[in-house]
Amino acid sequence: MTGTGVAALAAAGILLLALGTAIGRLTAGRGGDRPDLDLGTPVERATFHTLHTASLAAPPLRAGLTEDTARKATRRLRPLLGTEALCLTDRDAVLAWDGPGADRHRQQVMALVAEVLDSGRSRSVHAECDELECPLRWVVIAPLTGEEGVLGALVAYGSRESAVLVRAASEVARWVSVQLELAELDRSRTRLIEAEIRALRAQISPHFIFNSLAAIASFVRTDPERARELLLEFADFTRYSFRRHGEFTQLADELRSIEQYLALAGARFGDRLKVTLQVAPEVLPVTLPFLCLQPLVENAVKHGLEDSRNECRVTIAAQDAGAEAMVTIEDDGVGMDPDVLRGILAGERTTSSGIGLSNVDERLRQVYGDDYGLVIETAVGAGMKITVRIPKYRAGVHSSAASRTLT
Amino acid sequence: MNQTYAVTAVTVVVLATVLVGALGLRISRTTSDFYVASRTVKPALNAAAISGEYLSAASFLGIAGLVLLQGPEMLWYPVGYTAGHLVLLVLVAAPLRRSGAYTLSDFAEARLESAQVRRLASLFVVGIGWLYLLPQLQGAGLTLQILTGAPDWLGSVVVAVVVTGAVAAGGMRSITFVQAFQYWLKLTALLVPALFLVVAWAGDDAPRARFDAPAVFHKHTAVRVDDTVRVDFEEPLTLTVSGTVDGDRHKERPVALAEGTHRIEAGTTLGFPEGAEVPRRTAGGTDPFSWSQPLSGGRDGYRLYATYGLILATFLGTMGLPHVAVRFYTSPNGRAARRTTLVVLGLIGAFYLLPPVYGALGRIYAPELALTGTADAAVLVLPERIVGGLAGELLGALLAGGAFAAFLSTASGLTMSVAGVLTQDVLPSRGVRHFRLATLLAMAAPLALSVVATNMPVADAVGLAFAVSASSFCPLLILGIWWRGLTPPGATAGLVVGGGAALTAVMATRAGLAPEGWAHTLMAWPAVWSVPLGFGTMIGVSLATPRRIPVGAAATLARLHLPEGLVGRPQREGAPR
Repeated sequence: MTGTGVAALAAAGILLLALGTAIGRLTAGRGGDRPDLDLGTPVERATFHTLHTASLAAPPLRAGLTEDTARKATRRLRPLLGTEALCLTDRDAVLAWDGPGADRHRQQVMALVAEVLDSGRSRSVHAECDELECPLRWVVIAPLTGEEGVLGALVAYGSRESAVLVRAASEVARWVSVQLELAELDRSRTRLIEAEIRALRAQISPHFIFNSLAAIASFVRTDPERARELLLEFADFTRYSFRRHGEFTQLADELRSIEQYLALAGARFGDRLKVTLQVAPEVLPVTLPFLCLQPLVENAVKHGLEDSRNECRVTIAAQDAGAEAMVTIEDDGVGMDPDVLRGILAGERTTSSGIGLSNVDERLRQVYGDDYGLVIETAVGAGMKITVRIPKYRAGVHSSAASRTLT
Repeated sequence: MNQTYAVTAVTVVVLATVLVGALGLRISRTTSDFYVASRTVKPALNAAAISGEYLSAASFLGIAGLVLLQGPEMLWYPVGYTAGHLVLLVLVAAPLRRSGAYTLSDFAEARLESAQVRRLASLFVVGIGWLYLLPQLQGAGLTLQILTGAPDWLGSVVVAVVVTGAVAAGGMRSITFVQAFQYWLKLTALLVPALFLVVAWAGDDAPRARFDAPAVFHKHTAVRVDDTVRVDFEEPLTLTVSGTVDGDRHKERPVALAEGTHRIEAGTTLGFPEGAEVPRRTAGGTDPFSWSQPLSGGRDGYRLYATYGLILATFLGTMGLPHVAVRFYTSPNGRAARRTTLVVLGLIGAFYLLPPVYGALGRIYAPELALTGTADAAVLVLPERIVGGLAGELLGALLAGGAFAAFLSTASGLTMSVAGVLTQDVLPSRGVRHFRLATLLAMAAPLALSVVATNMPVADAVGLAFAVSASSFCPLLILGIWWRGLTPPGATAGLVVGGGAALTAVMATRAGLAPEGWAHTLMAWPAVWSVPLGFGTMIGVSLATPRRIPVGAAATLARLHLPEGLVGRPQREGAPR
């Protein structure tokens, strides 16, 4: 065996190991069916089996009632009901059909379902079919209800009339309804966060607008050219902040808005505000939640200046760190008691400056997961350093607007 | 060769790389200087960075070596390496950027909305990265060995340690500047000596390189054979031999060798007279070099096939190289990505004019490299041979520095990509510590392999990585971007069948398991059959599973193909998960 042979064998070994690990992780969750010493009585085992099947059907339904989720769910639910065929519909069309007979019966389903959709009550009818061999003889239709009434129907086909099937179908339909309500809950949570972003946008305005306009006014006589520039900055800044569409933006746009903010703040505070920007150009195209850095900068400026008479240095750095971008915002102002801060982030107490922080933290966690919350280092009198890590790619995160072409 | 100059040059390159990487030319400004944010990386800079990262040891050393060994048909290598970017430009660059994907696994997930395909793509990214890192490390070993006589593993270890250290410590933060710097360094390091060499060659009455007949020794030359080889003499020849030939020991005396095959033991020194033909190495059963012999073996069918294999692999493989794909993320939008690729074509094309010059000159002035099996060193030894003296040594040092720049830039880019994928998709949880661990892992595997596996022409070894990439990621990218019917099962099957087949063939070849003859050729150049296999499987399985087309396929394709400004909000309801 040559050296190359050994090398290739070693490489193959490593690959196999990787493959094995992957397969192992993939299948780790499925190993629970093996017969073991004490798994309970047959009844208990049947219960476990039912619960397990139900839990498998739950995740797709939690995403709401669509063709894709319905298809995944019916595949799990049909063995649970033990019917010949199972079908899920929404108010307008058949979403998924699992089992035989789709060619003959699928057309008629909506006609059968119509009454249930209106009344919201289960019913059981004879399936009219010309085919003698067809096993789909009897239909049980149960409504799926959500907060806003009947969302759709669960249609189970059996070979004969059976009270058991009626009961089972109603129970399963009720269970599906609960999952759909949870999905509804998820959606309303998203809407709540969106509303908070809107609130945040509105919240920027009053103080900042008054102060900026006052600062600009002071330049109108002495330095009209600067006043004009500042007004333009102000216009751009507000245009960006009050943008109505889009949940995400590019780091370049966010930084630009921050620069405009700092220019306006600089007009107000003069030499007391010293700013250093250190930006690696590689991370400028990174997509991130809209207005998630600007509140942090605002916070830093506030901490650095408004509570003390000295000058303040704010450092904003954006670095490239492999598959992530790392943004740090640092000020040498008054700092904060870590316990107070913890309370603010946990939502237990609210201060005017804290809303920004906790909102940003919450949105980052919601978009990127709990690993990506704000990391804040601070103590009373020791300044504050906020670190934000942003993954360069995350499914579902697309910036909705290109770089602004306006001046 | 004077070691001091060369070692100094290599040290300077390593230090410069680390310094530019760590300190960087980061933009550091106060508020008085506005619009830092609008200073996204310009296409020219990004293109230099992509070129710097792309031009590896295979380009810097390997092509010249292959041209020396096997003549002008090896020019398909530079042509392929460049044309790959043309395909990338036309079919992939802009949509890939618009997809917002950072790595190729990200693209798989964005397009197919499937975590399973993502994991599979990650496996291939790691595999291709390792296959590509291996020749970089081996090339570094070879270079250091020639420069200083150090054992051949030392260079690999030096590059591995420097790269791992720099990447793990976060020293590659301003990687765009590092790589752009490396491109210009490499171009200079190759261009300046080339000018001197060509002038010297013209002053030497411009002897012609002959590729249709065996190379001829230009002057009396002593060749030391480090590995035991079998060589073919086409006509009888009298040599000065000290060492063992055909089992007889000789000591510094002329030996007449008849035509035919002779066995020369390791450590033998042969003195060839002026005008003698350079004998041909023949394949031996245990010779790890033998796998590439069908190419030079002369059977026309093999040659033609291998050429097509090479063309297909390099044309289609470029887009699937992990370190190339990530650089496009730096472009602010799809249009800039396309422009960047155009500039890359120009930069790379300019660079590739040079290695063939070295190859041709090497055929004239250093033909014995073909015999000792270190043809990759042609670029490094030429200045000493042709120019000589202090100037030759300085030029040699410049080339050595350039070669190390090639190893460092490509290796660091690859290590970052592989480590990034390892942290995201293989290691259990995220964090900076895991990135360091992943960096170590990303480098350790190819380093271990490079120490045991030796003696493969660098450009050929890189070709293998291209073949795997062309059979796995090329179908995924092209179908993913241009065909809305692609489904997750289709992509999975295509990756496994096409990419897996190419990977298996390549591994078997490197392990020397492939049987002789056509089977060997087919496995050494798998792209011709594995690329259509990958495409076919992907299309076939996708057509068979039309119901699994991702829900957001239409929206995703719209996003990939429309300029950024036009796309409103292609999101499903309640999208962020």
